[in-house]
Amino acid sequence: MLSRLLDPRTAIFMAIMAALTIGVPVLNGAGLLPDYLVPLLGKWLCYAILAVALDLVWGYAGILSLGHGAFFALGGYAMGMHLMREIGPRGVYGDPILPDFMVFLNWKELPWFWLGFDSFPFALLMAMLVPGLLAFVFGWLAFRSRVTGVYLSIITQAMTYALYLSFFRNEMGFGGNNGLTDFKDVLGFDLQSGSTRAGLFVLSAVLLMLTVLVCRAVVTSKAGKVLVAVRDAESRTRFLGYRVEGYKLFVFVLSAVIAGLAGALYTPQVGIINPSEFAPAESIMVVIWVAIGGRGTLIGAALGAVLVAAMESWLTGVAPELWLFALGAMFVLVTLFLPKGVLGLFGAGNLPAFAKRSEVPA
Amino acid sequence: MRKIISAAVAAMALSWGAAATAEETIKVGVLHSLSGTMAISETTLKDAMLMLIEQQNAKGGLLGKKLEAVVVDPASDWPLFAEKARELISVNEVSAVFGCWTSVSRKSVLPVFEELNSILFYPVQYEGEESQRNVFYTGAAPNQQAIPAVEYLMDQGVERWVLAGTDYVYPRTTNKILEQFLKDKGVAEEDIMINYTPFGHSDWQTIVSDIKAFGSAGKKTAVVSTINGDANVPFYKELANQGIAATDIPVVAFSVGEEELAGLDTAPLVGHLAAWNYFMSADTPENAEFIDAWHAFIGSEDRVTNDPMEAHYIGFNMWVKAVEAAGTTDPDAVIDALVGVSVPNLTGGYSAMMPNHHITKPVLIGEIQADGQIETVSETPGLVAGDAWSDFLPDSKPLISDWRAPLSCGNFNTATGKCGGAGE
Amino acid sequence: MRALLCSFFMILALASASTAETLDRLREISAGFVTKDYGQVQATAEALAATGDARVATALSALRGGDLRFRKSDKQVFRVEKVGRDYALFDPFTGEAMGQAGSRETSKIKVNNAIRNAIDGLLGGLTLRADDPAIRLDAAEALFKSRDPGALAALGSAIEAETDGSVRDAMREARASILLASAQNEPQALIEAVETIRARGGQDALGLLAQIGADYPEPVQEAAAQARRGIEQSLMLWGYGQSLWQGISLGSVLLLAAIGLAITFGVMGVINMAHGELVMLGAYTTFAVQEVIRTSAPHLFDVSLLIAAPLAFLVAGAVGVAIERGIVRYLYGRALETLLATWGVSLILQQAVRTIFGPNNREVGNPSWMSGAFELGEMTITYNRLWILVFALTVFVLLLLILKRTPLGLQMRAVTQNRAMAADMGVRTAWVDAMTFGLGAGIAGLAGVALSQIDNVSPNLGQSYIVDSFMVVVFGGAGNLFGALAGAFTLGIANKFLEPLAGAMLAKIAVLVFIILFIQKRPRGLFAIRGRAVEN
Repeated sequence: MLSRLLDPRTAIFMAIMAALTIGVPVLNGAGLLPDYLVPLLGKWLCYAILAVALDLVWGYAGILSLGHGAFFALGGYAMGMHLMREIGPRGVYGDPILPDFMVFLNWKELPWFWLGFDSFPFALLMAMLVPGLLAFVFGWLAFRSRVTGVYLSIITQAMTYALYLSFFRNEMGFGGNNGLTDFKDVLGFDLQSGSTRAGLFVLSAVLLMLTVLVCRAVVTSKAGKVLVAVRDAESRTRFLGYRVEGYKLFVFVLSAVIAGLAGALYTPQVGIINPSEFAPAESIMVVIWVAIGGRGTLIGAALGAVLVAAMESWLTGVAPELWLFALGAMFVLVTLFLPKGVLGLFGAGNLPAFAKRSEVPA
Repeated sequence: MRKIISAAVAAMALSWGAAATAEETIKVGVLHSLSGTMAISETTLKDAMLMLIEQQNAKGGLLGKKLEAVVVDPASDWPLFAEKARELISVNEVSAVFGCWTSVSRKSVLPVFEELNSILFYPVQYEGEESQRNVFYTGAAPNQQAIPAVEYLMDQGVERWVLAGTDYVYPRTTNKILEQFLKDKGVAEEDIMINYTPFGHSDWQTIVSDIKAFGSAGKKTAVVSTINGDANVPFYKELANQGIAATDIPVVAFSVGEEELAGLDTAPLVGHLAAWNYFMSADTPENAEFIDAWHAFIGSEDRVTNDPMEAHYIGFNMWVKAVEAAGTTDPDAVIDALVGVSVPNLTGGYSAMMPNHHITKPVLIGEIQADGQIETVSETPGLVAGDAWSDFLPDSKPLISDWRAPLSCGNFNTATGKCGGAGE
Repeated sequence: MRALLCSFFMILALASASTAETLDRLREISAGFVTKDYGQVQATAEALAATGDARVATALSALRGGDLRFRKSDKQVFRVEKVGRDYALFDPFTGEAMGQAGSRETSKIKVNNAIRNAIDGLLGGLTLRADDPAIRLDAAEALFKSRDPGALAALGSAIEAETDGSVRDAMREARASILLASAQNEPQALIEAVETIRARGGQDALGLLAQIGADYPEPVQEAAAQARRGIEQSLMLWGYGQSLWQGISLGSVLLLAAIGLAITFGVMGVINMAHGELVMLGAYTTFAVQEVIRTSAPHLFDVSLLIAAPLAFLVAGAVGVAIERGIVRYLYGRALETLLATWGVSLILQQAVRTIFGPNNREVGNPSWMSGAFELGEMTITYNRLWILVFALTVFVLLLLILKRTPLGLQMRAVTQNRAMAADMGVRTAWVDAMTFGLGAGIAGLAGVALSQIDNVSPNLGQSYIVDSFMVVVFGGAGNLFGALAGAFTLGIANKFLEPLAGAMLAKIAVLVFIILFIQKRPRGLFAIRGRAVEN
């Protein structure tokens, strides 16, 4: 079982992650790793989880979702709502129940959909359930109607764009464009303390490892083979008697749940969640992470996410006027010269054949 | 270029955990988006900061040291703002940061400044309802812009009001305040129309026709616009083409300045209004000098100056003065020294930092001219002090802010006599 | 003080109204402009107008336009024209040239909206007998708004003398408007005035009638209420027409933005994320053309768009061909990866434009034939949007002709349907690919020319249209030009009919949800291509 999950590359990845999981808090505690890097690393890992989730549906089931940021953001909002409730009377107006933005917009009571979020387990459940449910409804409709290829991609984009606009509206009760901020603590741990940050980093690392394991389990199972078949020749698979919709729906929902969890870990680490996470461009970035890292490899996706995010963090500091040129050029060059992504550099010879095929009906 | 390389080297060195050798400079962070949707407004502020720092260095620097600007690009990405703020403070060890434009970017960086105890100067007009120890608000609070503008229009006989804004927190709060204000003045509910649009809204046909229809009820009508930067150009183009002249239905805007008008043919817009604390047309020697310096620095006679640039001018000079008074760049000492500092503004007076970390400003109402300038038609008789907590919102009414010892509180509740809103 | 001055000028004006004014008199009065007090400026303008001298009109319109200045040294008032950085000075009344002055030697006589309003009314009274019927019409309209009872007598005689029917109607409406301003007038005259206003219709009329309050005689009130109901009813019907027009206009914008994409995305299967940036390049080309014209040939400004359109097509098309030759051609068969590469290109193009032109909005003006609006019944139709509609349809038809009637079009369709077979028949597929991509890009450039007339010209221009264009193409059915046409207009009209009901935000959300649901019903869009190629 374990050997099936841990092919050599995955094993190396796991080892590195395990080392990081232990190493980062220890080094930070010893003062060798600056404090500001810990939440940054944690943020990158959340992106990595999101990228792996997308790779599961894109790399293995051929579903190019341009709306995965929506699931991530929904998870983030679920956690954000809990963190807002945790603030309690410490808000600027001192209202024990209502978040500040509701107070100054003259809201008198908590909207019904905010109820229950004072409980952490409930919020965590919602961080998985809401994206999962959305993915289920959306996928059930779309896959049953056999919406495929770019049509599917574009309606996932429509989905995230619609959510973007909705969350933007102040009447929705999610804080509008400002989103949710000014969090104080989670489960009694102060969010500004170094140890909480280290803890969140460890959680992100563990979740990433778990995600990779779960996804590996899925793709190496019999169902995983069917998924690859769906990706490469959907109609043929259908004619062979497989219920294609079921398989697709399963991975789509699973992927959305993982994305939601990543979002839930992201919010406390960056300290803000707002509608820009729903922006179509954000979801396109996720696709780019996967493509840069190497599609259909899971760990490549994680690698791509960290690589691009790190590039962005670094370049915006050192070359604020030029970094977009560098990033843009990197996308072009990787596409042209590394069709298998960065992971392809490391001699992965067993990539699937899809790279040569077109999935888009011309 | 050398700056970029040295910053790169420093950042790299630090990101590998090594400590950088401190040069004998005082570093100033500039946190404005240079790419993405907000670059359009914020890039100018970055340039203004670079100019101010250069000027200060030409005067001999500060405390005998040169000032060094550290520029980063938060790319209109709100979480990135927080990340970059953290980088500026803990990696580059800047003494103060000048930055942010949107409310959400400010909200995003607030906890960072609080945690790492640094100083942020925020130069843009905003919705108020905030006063934080580490932040100095050099832009206008609603009472320094919105209310005087509406009062002016009332004097001009306006009886019917359209409050049009982009759907985010600044217009929402401002319109809430204005609605209450208008009702207190006896304006009836049906004489107020409130309309919100998404960011970057580009098709204004429906809304402009609605405004036209609303304005034909036989009462003098005005539009109070809190429409955000980018959406203004198509809004005004539609307004001009549908022939809504300022003499029929004047539009007073709080987010449209010289910079926004530079992208427009203003001939059909003559007479529409804007309310700010500074106009480029201000006829003072300080302003003439500032404009000349700006043109020389940017290398173009066509570039305009605007209100947020003046806010940075004031904020930067206040910071310089406070550092000189404190004799150190230590944040705690500078934060204490800043309150009460008074520096010349560009409209011929002095602006002072109040204990609530907002400043005193004159409020100018201006009319747009055919050459893209805004000419003052009305000015408040004295300076107006920025009010962090509006008196027109029920929950914020009892709050005051005073960061001087012994109160040292940003949200002191005068009703309960306690710090921290209404609770605890 | 102000009141004193006012009365002083009133007396002055009255005393001299009967006699023909000498120029000295006018100059004497105009000394009142040398002030910072808006009230005094207005009083002075009124005093000038009260002289009834025809020469006052030029001075007042100069004042309104901000072209009246006084010399700081001797406080003399001039009409000015800008010459470089200086001003050429003219006598405000006779137009006689009086030399030049530097901009700091003179000071502008400031006006505000109240003064502009007053001047409009005053000029209306002065220009009722002008030679040009257009000016007389403007005068009548100005009086309709200003409702100055002092102009009644002048209006009466002007109506008698008027030869142009439509001007006479406007004058009658102006008279009715002035009469209705006071409840003291004869009830019969008031009722007739209500009738005149009712016949005029429209929102202005509604506003006028709304002011007839309880102090008016009862029959007048009744007549007014009835007239309002009638006008409101017709306005409501026209409202639907207005929404329809706005929807069509929005649709034409969407069509322009999407049609280039429909080619690259539909015909070639390439997802071009840089499409929006190509639109932006078109807009910046327009800006550059106007900039050159402004500095070197201002008289050509009205044809600037006609010059810009082919240039924009070439610039964007050339960039498109470069993208195809440099990047996309290596990625055929890996269509989704073109998304990644072209996204990279879009970042580079955006930042390049930001570096070259700066991050700010650039000013692109409307030529005179694209400025303003005309009234069709109770609908307002703006010229710029009308021309954009015409332009969009022209581009559409041209594109259709290229595809259906030219050798290139034939080859494009051949390559689309069966690349290998086409190649075997001797079609240079690589060349066709490049041309197709270039064509799509060029049309994006054309869209940029049109969008520059209604939207920001900034580096972010492209980003704001890319999502909408994708929606249009997918909704209409990729690869079908008629799909793009139907998609654009359906979404545009739906949006505009929803907007008054739900607000701009919800309308947009509703349209997106509608697209998602619609695709469930028709997974390949409105105009699906059938056949083998689809399954690929």
